[in-house]
Amino acid sequence: MWEYTGKVKEHFLNPRNVGEIENADGVGEVGSMACGDALKLTFKVDGGIIQDAKFKTFGCASAIASASALTELLIGKTVEEAEKLTNDHIADYLGGLPKEKMHCSVMGHEALEKAIACYRGEPDKVQAGNVVCECFHITDLQLERAVTDHSLKSIEEITNYIKAGGGCGQCHDTIQGIIDRVNGTLTEKPPAPKPLTNIQKIKLIEETLEREIKPALMQDGGDIQLVDVDGDRVLVKLKGRCAACAMSQITLKDYVESKLKELVAQALTVEEVVS
Amino acid sequence: MKPIYLDNNATTQVAPEVVEEMLPYYSTFYGNPSSMHTFGGNVGKKIREARAKLAELIGAQPEEIVFTSCGTESDSTAIWAALRANPDKRHVLTSHVEHPAVKNLAEYLGRNGYRVTFVPVDNQGRLDLDHLYSHLSDDTAIVSLMWANNETGVVFPVEEVAKRVHKRGIVFHTDAVQIVGKLPINMADNTIDMLSLSGHKLHAPKGIGALYIRKGTKFAPFLMGGHQENGRRGGTENVAAIVGLGKAAELAVARMDDENTRVKALRDKLETSLLSAIPNSMVNGDVASRLPNTTSIAFEFVEGESILLMLDEYNICASSGSACTSGSLEPSHVLRAMQVPFTAAHGSIRFSLSVYNAEDEVNQVIERLPPIIDRLRKMSPFWAEKERSCQTNA
Ligand SMILES: Cc1ncc(COP(=O)(O)O)c(C=O)c1O
Ligand code: FES
Repeated sequence: MWEYTGKVKEHFLNPRNVGEIENADGVGEVGSMACGDALKLTFKVDGGIIQDAKFKTFGCASAIASASALTELLIGKTVEEAEKLTNDHIADYLGGLPKEKMHCSVMGHEALEKAIACYRGEPDKVQAGNVVCECFHITDLQLERAVTDHSLKSIEEITNYIKAGGGCGQCHDTIQGIIDRVNGTLTEKPPAPKPLTNIQKIKLIEETLEREIKPALMQDGGDIQLVDVDGDRVLVKLKGRCAACAMSQITLKDYVESKLKELVAQALTVEEVVS
Repeated sequence: MKPIYLDNNATTQVAPEVVEEMLPYYSTFYGNPSSMHTFGGNVGKKIREARAKLAELIGAQPEEIVFTSCGTESDSTAIWAALRANPDKRHVLTSHVEHPAVKNLAEYLGRNGYRVTFVPVDNQGRLDLDHLYSHLSDDTAIVSLMWANNETGVVFPVEEVAKRVHKRGIVFHTDAVQIVGKLPINMADNTIDMLSLSGHKLHAPKGIGALYIRKGTKFAPFLMGGHQENGRRGGTENVAAIVGLGKAAELAVARMDDENTRVKALRDKLETSLLSAIPNSMVNGDVASRLPNTTSIAFEFVEGESILLMLDEYNICASSGSACTSGSLEPSHVLRAMQVPFTAAHGSIRFSLSVYNAEDEVNQVIERLPPIIDRLRKMSPFWAEKERSCQTNA
């Protein structure tokens, strides 16, 4: 069981400002059902001051308490003051959050940023960067920012703050790379291997599929066929059991891609072609 | 205030009769059963008695029972024993919905030179038998399948599977931790080679388990050491806990009827009442083949931890398949394997009853839970969206 402070429990059991303001001046929505939590923040501004704020949330006790605390922090502040709030203010207001739950306060902060951008008529910042963690849709830029802002040092800390890495774990190597890069520990780059020519690359992919990947899949009653190589995208068709099986995504991404990355080139990605 | 305890698949209350039976083995009869003196020897006798009682509960011979420290140890012991007995076989078959005691070991084996097949389940949590049978091979060292699932209570047809597996000369192990004491089982009538059970799921203390090993099964100990348990598990016996497990087994035999009539009826009442009082709720798992004490219900658009903490305010104990309670962020691997949609998986609650539950407790849950779900849904942005889309559809 989580050790929640009395303040978290109190806000969870008696959340303030639940609901949605009609014709709100600022609206910020973050999260999704798949991610396990989500928050919709709305506020009303008059004379530059946030007169009212409301929230709706789907999530655990600390998500509800964080959203409730956020609305209390907002009401009565100018928009400029509100802009200076961070997730730490939310957590502090609640007397602290268990470290595994810090992402709840981060979600509050993200909703606030979005709502302020919306209020100012700034375009919704598109998620810039490349998605690193597929499970929670977190990009490399978001990761870099989190590592810098909160001086995070491990994947576990990242997961606690922005959830990335908390699902299948496939993104762990990339996340570790970002941590190392931002924290400047990765000073010496290993010498880059000589790039392959296109012909060499395709040949090597073919060989690897035949020699390493096919036999393993066939043992489980499946099969794989190379359709095309387009730059660094490897297009394959899956046959037999693998295609129907619920794990086919994982077999593909996890196994084929990691093998190809390991044995051919790091940049390769694998895509399934449905016939 | 006494809690309304509906989390018996997590652990159970130690029966007062069990405690009473155990206490003298801490205070008065503390001898070592291996000793040469009568004082220790008498303890050995009591262990024999406990072994016989446990054997009776599962229809085994007393010599086929090895006491261990927990269900997890029994699982590990069984799987490693089969692998060591068949050193040239490199394939292990299990399911996608096993308890971590088997799942994590299987994944470890998969990373360390073994080929592991995880058999999928359908959306009712039923095993894909065709997939299972088609993946058996001459290279398969062991098939390990749980008899009943801890989260949904779904019961697998392990006796039928064991027969087919056995015919091919493959070792069959079952994690029966959740079924022992809840449904009658009889090892004399099947061909299962090894079976794991755990004391704390049947009103014995935590930290005691047993592994059934059918006579003639090739076996190598997991804990090597003294000659205890006939050389099959080293380490001085946890005497009091063994005595407690024996007593609990005796009680389970006597209470099997109550479990499958009164307790089952209470579970059914809880389930049907909640389903009818709460819209957008559904049972996870095959109701046609299920433990009598368990129900896993999904409440769409709300999150499990919030439900549990609000129930906790009324001292009602249950558990969830939600990620938030465990610290991980993905909902339970069991519900994911059943392809329960995210809308439902995050809001799944498991109630598991025992013979110690009374109707009045179930009534309290039926009264308290619907307003909790209603309150959380009013807070949920997805519920509002859902209501809106329903209105436009109408
Ligand atoms: C199906 C199943 N297997 C194994 C175990 C592990 O048992 P123990 O806690 O005694 O190690 C449990 C208990 O949580 C279980 O439910
Ligand atoms: S991709 Fe990051 S946890 Fe799955």
